[in-house]
Order: sequence, then C-alpha cells, then structure tokens
Amino acid sequence: MKRPEPLSMEQSVPGRRGVRFSAPVRPAAAWLPEGALRKPPPRLPELGEFEVVRHYTRLSQLNYCLDTHLYPLGSCTMKYNPRINEAVAALDGFAQAHPSAPDRAVQGTLEACWRLERLLCELTGLSAFTLQPAAGAHGELTGILLAAAWHRSRRDRQRRQIVVSDSAHGTNPASAAMGGFEVKTVPSGADGRVDVEALKAALGRQTAMVMLTVPNTLGLFETRIREMADAVHSVGALLYMDGANFNALMGLVKPAALGVDILHLNLHKSFSTPHGGGGPGAGPVGVSAALEPFLPLPRVVETKGRYGLRTKNRKSIGSLRAFLGNVGVLLRAYAFLRAHGASDLRAVAEHAILNANYLRVRLSDVFPAAMAEACMHECVLRTQPEQLNGVKTLDVAKRLLDHGFYAPTVYFPLIVPEALMIEPTETESKATLDAFVEALRSIHAEALTDPEKVKGAPWDLPVRRLDELSAARNPDVAWT
Amino acid sequence: MLQTIGVGSMEELLAQVPEGLRAGELAWPAALTEPDLLAHARGLAAKNRPLVCFAGGGAQDHYIPSAVQALVQRGEYLTAYTPYQAEASQGLLQAIYEFQSSVCALYGMDVANASLYDGATALAEAVSAAARITGRHKILLPDSLNPSWRGVLETVFRAKGEPVFERVPCPKGRLDAAEVEARLEGTVAALVVATPNAYGLLETGEVLAEKAHAAGALLIAVADPVSLGVLEAPGAWGADIAVGDGQGLGNALNYGGPHLGLFACRRALLRHVPGRICGKTTDAEGRRGFVLTLQAREQHIRRERAASNVCTNVSLCALAATIHLALLGPQGLREVAELCVDKAHRLAERICGLPGYRLRFEGPFFNEFVLECPGPARRVRDALLKAGILAGIPLETFDESLGNSLLVCVTETRTEEELDRYVAALAGVFP
Repeated sequence: MKRPEPLSMEQSVPGRRGVRFSAPVRPAAAWLPEGALRKPPPRLPELGEFEVVRHYTRLSQLNYCLDTHLYPLGSCTMKYNPRINEAVAALDGFAQAHPSAPDRAVQGTLEACWRLERLLCELTGLSAFTLQPAAGAHGELTGILLAAAWHRSRRDRQRRQIVVSDSAHGTNPASAAMGGFEVKTVPSGADGRVDVEALKAALGRQTAMVMLTVPNTLGLFETRIREMADAVHSVGALLYMDGANFNALMGLVKPAALGVDILHLNLHKSFSTPHGGGGPGAGPVGVSAALEPFLPLPRVVETKGRYGLRTKNRKSIGSLRAFLGNVGVLLRAYAFLRAHGASDLRAVAEHAILNANYLRVRLSDVFPAAMAEACMHECVLRTQPEQLNGVKTLDVAKRLLDHGFYAPTVYFPLIVPEALMIEPTETESKATLDAFVEALRSIHAEALTDPEKVKGAPWDLPVRRLDELSAARNPDVAWT
Repeated sequence: MLQTIGVGSMEELLAQVPEGLRAGELAWPAALTEPDLLAHARGLAAKNRPLVCFAGGGAQDHYIPSAVQALVQRGEYLTAYTPYQAEASQGLLQAIYEFQSSVCALYGMDVANASLYDGATALAEAVSAAARITGRHKILLPDSLNPSWRGVLETVFRAKGEPVFERVPCPKGRLDAAEVEARLEGTVAALVVATPNAYGLLETGEVLAEKAHAAGALLIAVADPVSLGVLEAPGAWGADIAVGDGQGLGNALNYGGPHLGLFACRRALLRHVPGRICGKTTDAEGRRGFVLTLQAREQHIRRERAASNVCTNVSLCALAATIHLALLGPQGLREVAELCVDKAHRLAERICGLPGYRLRFEGPFFNEFVLECPGPARRVRDALLKAGILAGIPLETFDESLGNSLLVCVTETRTEEELDRYVAALAGVFP
C-alpha cells in the first residue's frame, strides 16, 4: 500500500488501449478539410483495461476517505454517504435523461427536483429555492446577484457594500467581490459571536446585504440573530445566511424564522451527498417570497401534477451555469430527505451537537477550546505551541494521520490562532470519538516528551511531509 | 455522553438556541425504508421516457466504458474531500495531476486546473482572467457561442458591470474574420472562439487568433474535448486559454449536471488560473508527491482580493474523465471522434436527400449540424418523440429566426439501425 505508483503516462506502452470501437465507414479526412485535422495525436496514456483498473485501484489505496477513516473537517460535515443515494441517482431513467428533452419526456426528474425544492422550503421556512448552483460558493454568488437585482429593481443604486463577519468563510468576501461589491468586515466580540454594536454601526444606506454564518465558524449559534436581522432590514438591506453549517439546525431551527432573506445550503454537507474528493456538490439557494421572482432560470414548476421548466421571467437574474443544476447530486439529497422523518432530521442536528460537545469536553484540558461554552455541531480548539515545545497545529494534524484519522480543518477560523476546527457529525459512534480523543491526547503527551516525533509527522503514510513551498515556487502541474 | 459533557439533558445542551426561534414539528412525509425508497425512486425514474438521443447543445450521449463507473464508485474516491492533507490524499492528488496532464495534452496547452463546475462557468472564469491579464474590459462574444453559455456570462458579470460583452454576428453560422477585425480595438481583452461552435461548425481558429493577437487581445477557445480526438488542438492554432465542457468524457447526461468544466492555458498565464491546481513536489525524503498548490491565489487566503470565489473542483467528474481518457488512449479517442464525424455526416447526407430538408449553414462540422426543416422544427421533435427518438434541439430557443431549424447531434453510440429509424421517422412528418 505504501509503494509509489507511477503516473499513468509513465506506464504507457505504444499501441495499447483499454477499449475498442468499430471503424467508421469513412474516415474523418473524407469529411473534413485537411487543415482542421489534428497532426500529432494527444499524448494520452496507452494502457489496457486491466492496467487502468489496477492503476486507479492502487491510487485509491493511497487515500484516506470517510469510508475508511474519521474525517473531522470542521465546516465540511463529512457524514456517512448512504449507498442508497448512489443507487437512486444511477437509475437509468435519471442518468440518461438529456437536459434538452421536452418536459413531458422527463417528468420523473422534474418531479423529483420539484419535491426536493418543496422539502427544502419546509425545512428552512423559505418560499422558494433555485436548484442551480453547483456548490456553496456558487450559491453565495447567486445570493449576491439576487441582492444586486433586488436593489436594482427598487432603483436603489447606492448599495455598494456587503458586510461580512471576520469569522466568515473566505468565499463570502470573495463572492461579494465577484458581484462587484465592496466588502466591509465586522469583528467578532469576546463571546465569539458577531459584535452586534459594530454591525449596527457598519449598516447604512450603502449596505446591500449582510452575510452571516449560523451557527458561525466557531460553532456558536448567533443568539442575537433576530436583533441583527431587524437592524439589517431597518436600513433596507437584506440578510444572507451561509448555510454551510445547517447540519446543526436540521429540524431544529427554520432560518426564515431568524429573519433570513437568502440562504444557501450545501447538499454535499448536511444532506449526505458524497464529497467526491472535492465535488461535485450542490448549493441550492432559498429565498423569501419577495425575492422569488429574481431566482435564476430554469426553474421547475408544477401545474396540476404535471411538471415543467420555466425558462422565461423578466425579473430573473438569468442563469449561473448551463441547465437546471447538478441533478445527480439533487437526487441523492432527495433520497436522504425521504429516508428521514421529521424526528429523524431533528435527531441529525441533536446528535451532531452531542458529538461535537463530547469531543470539546474530552479534549479541552489539553487543547483549550476557543470558547468556554457549549458549541453546536463543531468545536474549535487550539494548539499551544509555547507549552508543547513548539509543536504547532499543523504538526498535530499531520501526526493524527499516523494515528489513522484524517485531520480537522486547521488554521480556520482566522480569528483563532493555531485553530483545530473539529466537526465529527452525527454519524460517528462514541467508540470512534473515544479513539480520536485518545489519539489527540497521546499526540499531546508526545509533544511534551518527544516533540520531534510530532514535528516530523507523518511517518506512516505513503509519503512523508510534502514540500508545499517548492511546489508553489517551481510549479509543475502537468506531465511533459 | 451528556454526563461527560456535564449537562442533564439534550435540551440543556441546546440552551444557546432561544426557545422562540425553534421550529415546530415539520410537515414532513413519513420516513421511507430502503426498499420503499428505491421503489419510490424507480417509480419516478420510470416517468422519464427512454429515448434514442440525437440531442447535443452542450450535453452529449457518449459511451462510458464499464470500468469508469466501477472505479469512480470506490469509496476511497467517492467519500474523500478536497485533499487538504496531501500526505493522506496522494491517490486523489496524483489522479488530479494526471487529469491536468490529459487536459493539457488534449488542448495543446501547458497548464490546466483541477476542473470547474461546467463549461459555461469555465468560460466565465476565462473571461475574467483575460480582463485581469490584459487590463482591458471588453470581450468579443460570437453569436455562434452556445446562447446558454452567453447567458451565464451576462448573469455573472451584470452586477459587477465588467467586463462588458460585444456580440459578433454570425449570420452564416460562423465567425467572419472581417466582422471580428472591425471590432478588435484597444479595449478588447479577448476574443472568444467556439469550435466546434453552437451549430456544430468549425471556425477558422488560426486566422482569428492572429487577428486577436495583432490587436493585443487574448484568444479564448471553447472546444469539445471529444472533438479533439481528430481536430487540431487550440494550443496549436494559437489560443491562449482553452475551456470546454468535459461531460462527454466518462460522465452520464444526468439531465445536465453534474458536468465538468475544463480550463487550460499557456504557462505564462499560470498565476491567473482560477480554482484548485495540483502540483508535483517532493517529501522530506526526496520522494515524488503531489499537493494543492499556488493557493495564494485563492479565496481562503485572499478573501475579497481573490481572483475567484471557487473553492472546489468537480473532482469525481474529473476522475471519471481521467479514467475514461486512460482507457481510450489517443487511438480510442480518435476512433470515437471519427465515428462521431462519420455518423453525423452520413445522417446529414441522408436527411438532405429527403424533400424539403437541407443544412441551414455551409461549412465543415464535427458531430452536430443544423437541419433546416420544411416546417417548424418543433413538429419534427414532437413527431419523432412518438417514435422514441429525441430528434434534436429546436433552435427557436436560440434565436427566434431559426424556427424551422433543428440542431442534431450524432455520437458514436448511435447505431446504424437508429440512423435508419431517424430517417424513416422524418419521412412522415410533413406529408
């Protein structure tokens, strides 16, 4: 398992291939002008099917994944991915549907998407969702464009500012900038929550929208959210909720009741669709009734049990990508929601919160918690290098890999130095959590007695610590 | 566990969520058991009609070798996340490096990223990069670009107000070099050239690239990667940035998503590339390894000063494409592309032998062509639907003046018998 695997290109044998096709009646040269034809063929690997299968199976074995290892990445909600979701999405009728097929030929897909939208509305209390965004950040951009369109429709052109918290995900300010807005950052208070007075002071007629993450990235519920929402609305701005951490609120809190106007959900987080090594995900965006006319197109509409795609609407912001959305992901999320009843969904949130607090309490004597109170679905701890012979969070993370655990999110949120952001999710057992606690405690003990062992980690993986600096200094991003 | 935490009840643990903000009981359907859920899903899937697919328009029905799904469904790939901890993610990272290498090979470029959401969003990122690189603000968009992609660009940049787009008319279905030249002035950051374009036609990329460069603009190529099995690589004819949609490489149609955005460019532009990039490096013992690199460009470091808000790729779709290309190799990809060209041309020839049908545009095409029908294209679509055939895309959705035009796509998966059925079914549409 630890043997290095050559690149597919390095294993290439001229003339070999893994799949054959029949010959054309006439070659391309008979149909196309000489000048359009490719001269040297692309340098793709030449391998037999068995070699390809072995190569990518071996590569897979160099990976940690959720199926094999606890994956406690904070704000990523790495919960178990039920395989029934895969079976549902893979059904031929769904997988082979062409996006330009007329509505009457794709009633099943449209119905599933419509039902998903209704469920998301019930879960959040919002009026309507667009299923189009392909990821959370894509959803944020959608929300920002919705806010821009909303203010434009009211001929309110001075709203050039979007307010974010200093504990926000980096995508919030980046998305705001993509939408052409200035970004104003408000600090967190001593209690780890948005400083409400600072927020109020930041609001004005220039404010287009305020983006809040609930629970925030410190794992805390914004207890004064209603007060903040009222302040935001009183200056004519909108309230956006980054729903990356919705797992903590599932069945427990409806964001609409918090005063949220626009929200994105990450179906690959709270709704159990697989992360796939970094995607595809889906980031549907929900809105209050007033904003519904601005939602992107196409949208699924229902009339007397028949489903159709609405492709025209004068107020719509347009399209964020080609076609309806990441339907393959939407179907998986739909399956997840149908496999759960109302009390099951609430149990998702409760168990996620229980697990996170259990880790917080069992670890905070050695890795102090950033905040001295109960957390929601994730807890933020700190490494204290000054007490651990200079052992840093990065070292702890790498040493965890040796113990057979993926590492938490590290150095985030930015407002906590040496942060370890841990989100166990509801699907991990107490036995796994206990093993994780023991691993972290033993790393702490090791840092006191044999710090070099921690600083040199990982020792027991396919590679030792990788040189990221030289990778960036002399970028080699493709085989030649 | 509650005891360890030091609370008496779950309710006590939830104290920070004010009672007044709690949700009541959800109006929710009863939970389905796994067998019931599968039966429900099958029932829904059965409401989709199985059709023989002759539709393209940015999503094509290509053959997916069996090994692709078998490998992609491995939990080690399926259930991992963005490889933040490189040492525990070498398999995934190496596969991404192989993906980037394959994309570079296909497009004739030096560098590529780890993928973007889809072709249209990849083009949006390319346009944004071109404006940054040149310091100019205007982008020339041909009318031969897929209108839904153009729509995405207009949506994404409307609020910001830049770059601005100027459309280049293509009354004959393709870009006209003189029309382009007339618009290439000092504020043009890039000319976008799609080839094959939205009508399936090939553009004269080399000529257009020369003109763009002479005006100090970049050339952004949009190309279907499958077509590059036989067509000249954009890098070879002068493109600076090349993007495409990679759905046709190992990814099922899935009603339009997930797709796979491809982004490649010349080495000099590397630091303007959006999204995740995997790079080669060494470990503490000098062994080869792979990491996510050039992260200083990205949102988690630069926040509002980042070039893009993108923080993921579509890794699993990219993996499917990587495995697909490894199975096909240069020869297999060439065969697929040749079959697409051959079957599309033979079908077009046969249909044009029917009274009243002709090709709407002249010029070489890859595997899509615009059929000018004797009447509304929608009628052709509806009639063939009854025969279980998705005949193509009526182009009135692209352009109201194209009411009798049908965009037809033929891939290697269409059999001779299906081509016969298509022709036979057409015969009776306009009696």
